[in-house]
Amino acid sequence: MTRLNLTLAAMLLLAAMLALATGPDGVSPSLFAGWLGGHDPAAAIILADIRLPRVLSAAVVGASLGLCGAALQGLTRNPLAEPGILGVSAAATLGATLTLYFGLAALFPWALPLGAIAGAALATLLLASAAVRTQGMASLILVGVGLSSLAGALMALILNFAPNPFSLSDLVNWTLGSVANRSLADLAMTAPLILVGALFLFAQRANLSLLTLGEPAAAAHGLDVRRTRIAIVAGTGIATGAAVALAGAVGFVGIVAPHLVRPWTRHDPGRTLAPSAWLGALLLVLADLVVRILPTDNELRLGVVAALAGAPVFTLIVLRRGRGASRG
Amino acid sequence: MADDLIIEALRVEAQAPPLIANISARFAPGLLTAIVGPNGAGKSTLLRAMAGVVPTQGTIRMGAADLTALRPAERARRLAYLPQVHELAWDISVADMVALGRFAYGAAPGRLSAEDKAAVDRAMAATGCIDLAHRGVTSLSGGEAALACLARVLAAETPVLLVDEPVGALDPANQYRVMECLAALAADGRTVVAVLHDLSLVAQFADTVLWMASGRLAAQTPATHDAFAQHVPALFARTPVFASDGSSALYFRRSQGT
Repeated sequence: MTRLNLTLAAMLLLAAMLALATGPDGVSPSLFAGWLGGHDPAAAIILADIRLPRVLSAAVVGASLGLCGAALQGLTRNPLAEPGILGVSAAATLGATLTLYFGLAALFPWALPLGAIAGAALATLLLASAAVRTQGMASLILVGVGLSSLAGALMALILNFAPNPFSLSDLVNWTLGSVANRSLADLAMTAPLILVGALFLFAQRANLSLLTLGEPAAAAHGLDVRRTRIAIVAGTGIATGAAVALAGAVGFVGIVAPHLVRPWTRHDPGRTLAPSAWLGALLLVLADLVVRILPTDNELRLGVVAALAGAPVFTLIVLRRGRGASRG
Repeated sequence: MADDLIIEALRVEAQAPPLIANISARFAPGLLTAIVGPNGAGKSTLLRAMAGVVPTQGTIRMGAADLTALRPAERARRLAYLPQVHELAWDISVADMVALGRFAYGAAPGRLSAEDKAAVDRAMAATGCIDLAHRGVTSLSGGEAALACLARVLAAETPVLLVDEPVGALDPANQYRVMECLAALAADGRTVVAVLHDLSLVAQFADTVLWMASGRLAAQTPATHDAFAQHVPALFARTPVFASDGSSALYFRRSQGT
């Protein structure tokens, strides 16, 4: 298991180096060497101020989404669960677009991340109170679906009332998801929150393994089901909110990463957490690299690429499950 | 020797009428108790209530310890429960699944003490699951899954064992293997409570019987011929026939004219 984590971490490191060294003119190791040598100020600006925050953002967001997906799948015992399913991503996106709509984001640069985190926090609070009251997991998922639909409807309302085409395009751009033009300051604000969420989730590893048996059997073997549920909902809420604040809505990584690592984690939900985070980071760093080197007039958005690649995989998983293949 | 498991005035409500009401009984270490009754009598609900996995009113205690007040892991070290339906969400190996039975002792898959490993091995040997160890749980047959899940519950090595229809999915050889295993655990000083439908197995293996009907306790009796002759016709509207070879086995005859 440790070997899997080390392998994925090494692959992530290689992908990150490649992404740092790659620019509009292709791969330039000399720029990289110039920056590390400290004798090329232009290289320092390009790498440290532009590419490094972008690569780090992609890695942090991917890790957060992969981890949250693995945790939610373990909790719901459903390989199709991901941060989107509980409505946290949608609520965070709504919070961010509200700050754009009311012009707060233009006046106060931290308004947008704060709006996203506030949206995720509100959704998390609602889910946590639902988690305390409801008995079964299905009702919690339905609360999430309701929350997601409501956030989507409110998003549509905001787009409907957008005062002019420019603000409409601003709003739509945000919902597409991207890590372009992020700064180390953006990272400094969101990455610690993602770490807090991740710690919540990693503390639940053994509990997630036990939940394989379903809630009644897990409870009989000594699991505090309610506390486990609250910790996982809170952890995914915080980590997803911060990830959306950093990159907007990026889907499917949370479904695909755990699905791909599961054969190497002996299908154990607890041991799936860490590799899912590494693989999520690796996938988004590579996806963002693809976005940067594709010669399109408008840069392709990371969220769009993730959806284009992720949706078919999602459908494949559904079809394989439908044929009665083993779950997960 | 461990304390008796005592339940008093247990009641579980989903909606009116309650699923079970006013059930009081005592389960002594060293005895195998069968819970017997028609479908819908509340047998599984009683077991769930005793296991603490449904909201329940009433008292469940062992000696001075109030089981309903214990933290889940502390309760799970005294009492293990096998549900009737086995939910296995992921394709983990049988060995990893059985190891989940050691959760209350701080174990997790891939993180087992020598004591945990020994308990897992004993449980798998007792249920005949050793050959299944490396199989994925989602590829098991119904009977294999039932044996593996029983192994998981046995691995907890608790003073009290609550099992809901442990032999329902099993072939005759495995039915007798499991019943002999449960009887041996009781003889070893454990408190074993099993919901069973096969009255011939009850007659041969159980020490005492809780007769249930409509969510209530009809009687708690020793598993004697007289008790069967009295309670079986009342609960099931069928008259049992006892084997003439002197064993406790019993059977039913087809109704006349059918």
